[in-house]
Amino acid sequence: MSRHTLSVLVENKPGVLARVAALFSRRGFNIDSLAVGPTEHDDISRMTIVVNVEDLPLEQVTKQLNKLVNVIKIVELDNSQSVQRELMLIKVRTDSESRSHVLELVNLFRARCVDVAPDAVTIEVTGTTDKLEAFVRVLEPYGIKELVQSGMVAIGRGARSITDRSLRALDRSA
Amino acid sequence: MTEKMTGAQALVRALEQVGVDTVFGIPGGAILPAYDPLYDSTKVRHVLVRHEQGAGHAAEGYAQATGRVGVCMATSGPGATNLVTPIADAYMDSVPIVAITGQVASPLIGTDAFQEADISGITMPITKHNFLVTSADDIPRTIAEAFHVASTGRPGPVLVDISKDALQSTTTFSWPPVMQLPGYRPVTRPHSKQIREAARLMTEAKRPVFYVGGGVHKAHASAELLELAELTGIPVVTTLMARGTFPDSHPQHMGMPGMHGSVSAVGALQRADLLIALGTRFDDRVTGQLSSFAPHAKVIHADIDPAEISKNRHADVPIVGDCREVIGDLITAVRTEQADGRKGDYSEWWRLLNGYKETYPLGYEEFADGSLAPQYVMERLSALVGADAIYAAGVGQHQMWAAQFIRYENPGTFLNSGGAGTMGYAVPAAMGAKMGRPDKVVWAVDGDGCFQMTNQELATCAIEGVPIKVAVINNGNLGMVRQWQTLFYDERYSNTDLQRVKRIPDFVKLAEAYGCVGLRCERPEDVDETIRKAMEINDVPVVVDFVVHQDAMVWPMVAAGTSNDDIKYARDMAPNWEGGE
Repeated sequence: MSRHTLSVLVENKPGVLARVAALFSRRGFNIDSLAVGPTEHDDISRMTIVVNVEDLPLEQVTKQLNKLVNVIKIVELDNSQSVQRELMLIKVRTDSESRSHVLELVNLFRARCVDVAPDAVTIEVTGTTDKLEAFVRVLEPYGIKELVQSGMVAIGRGARSITDRSLRALDRSA
Repeated sequence: MTEKMTGAQALVRALEQVGVDTVFGIPGGAILPAYDPLYDSTKVRHVLVRHEQGAGHAAEGYAQATGRVGVCMATSGPGATNLVTPIADAYMDSVPIVAITGQVASPLIGTDAFQEADISGITMPITKHNFLVTSADDIPRTIAEAFHVASTGRPGPVLVDISKDALQSTTTFSWPPVMQLPGYRPVTRPHSKQIREAARLMTEAKRPVFYVGGGVHKAHASAELLELAELTGIPVVTTLMARGTFPDSHPQHMGMPGMHGSVSAVGALQRADLLIALGTRFDDRVTGQLSSFAPHAKVIHADIDPAEISKNRHADVPIVGDCREVIGDLITAVRTEQADGRKGDYSEWWRLLNGYKETYPLGYEEFADGSLAPQYVMERLSALVGADAIYAAGVGQHQMWAAQFIRYENPGTFLNSGGAGTMGYAVPAAMGAKMGRPDKVVWAVDGDGCFQMTNQELATCAIEGVPIKVAVINNGNLGMVRQWQTLFYDERYSNTDLQRVKRIPDFVKLAEAYGCVGLRCERPEDVDETIRKAMEINDVPVVVDFVVHQDAMVWPMVAAGTSNDDIKYARDMAPNWEGGE
């Protein structure tokens, strides 16, 4: 099994997320991570889907996704050729003694403290999956009260844009 | 040209514009506004069926018989959910239908309103695409898009769910609308490099086979297939969905492959060194145990749906494209090969295959007590009714016998539920086919189990003047299930006996109650006369109750999950593969 990152451009219409999610479950594929949001074009949303599958099932799921009428384009992003980020918010137990230790770790990981209470701090951190996992490990001794994490978003390196050509196709049909 | 009208009027006008002449359906609360302008339409005939499932299968039969998009209509909630089975059926067999359903008014959607069901959610995995329309302005464009999606690329069912307030509110109608389908671009032109590679493999192969599926007829490519087959001299097998796409009488035809395929067709695939798979999807009913299917063969796989290629079996030469274009290009490429002096030599192969054909023809058991063998009914139907008629089968033993023992010579003359295996398909599908092709004789070949699921549409046939003929192959049992109980469950016949001895219901009386003519035939010597009598009646539907022996079984058979190599042509009788030469 290996992790693959798919960028899926879809029409910004109701029900599209349900179609994509239903397709994965119906064909027996597990989604590791999913992030959906707007793009620079109002009519297009972008999904970043991380799946953990062999190459052959990945080809099948990509083909099936391509058949969805609302799916405009699918690109697999190579790890080395793309920037991949996740966002995590972590609430860590602190007191007057441990707070400075925690804040030191925040600085080391280039994270940010976004809320402070007498007995806890809330930290915002972005990065790759590996970095976030490492950060969580070093905070664990202090007591993690709550943790929430976004799906991964990813974008290809360099000047090329995967939306360019799709936008032109969209403009032609409009 | 723009005109002010209601959403309902725009719907009917749009249906007229896309060329719809027949709609099968039942009205109800949410779809009611659409039925008012439909009442006035001189171009669209609405056929009032007795159950929405019948409407769906009728739309399928219409589509299969005409090549046009079939249309069915139902109201919200239970009306729509009754369409689920035929929609799933059309999805599995790639039949172009458009289902139009009423939805509760948009402010009520999501409130569990009366007769509300999330039909677009329910049908998401069984439609090619579906739409929920809540604004009258979107109706014409959505109808145009639905028909376009249903009929192009790999055909399939499309559902359009329209809220009641969208039907009632006012809009301006203009035609043609601009379709907005930026993500829908089916590929129809095959890649020339792959075509050349395919032609080269065909020339070099020693044991090639054309493995032909339903996609060839859907692409209207049977004439091209015949030309390519004769040009190359390569044998042809036609799957259940492709019966008639290549003439049964043709010497290169090896029969139907699969679980109940002929020994010659199954043997051809298993011993092939090259499969040229055209518009087919390596279904488990054809391949048997996948790992031992055609173990020596390279695969050329052409299909309009890229997702089918290498889904079940790796394709050495993948070709995405419309089968008519693919076969046309293959003809050109093979001609080029032949002009350069390269022509395949399959003489050894034919010696083996002709041996299979001669040694293991299709056969069946006759019964000593003089009772009727169902296969004999099929043979006589085929002989007397002929290959110009359209046959629609249900699902089960009778379906397999109809596929095996009726001789098909023309494409699109055998309609059945292949992928989904929907019992009850035959009668409404025959009705739809007859309405689409009134010039054709249409026979439904049904089982007594299937027949009791949808025979209410005989009322529709009688009232609407649709003189179909129904051959009920009545063995008093859910025969295919019984056959499995005989073979794999120690003859423990759990819940397969339909209690024929009590003759409940009496199919002849049932036919008469529906305004049809009912006939009964119980002995072999009466078969011809009964069929002739049925053929003479052309003003009302005819139902023939063929009372057949309950122990008749479908052979050959590849038991589920086993290898095609282990096919039995009768109980415990396995062919000798190498001795066929």
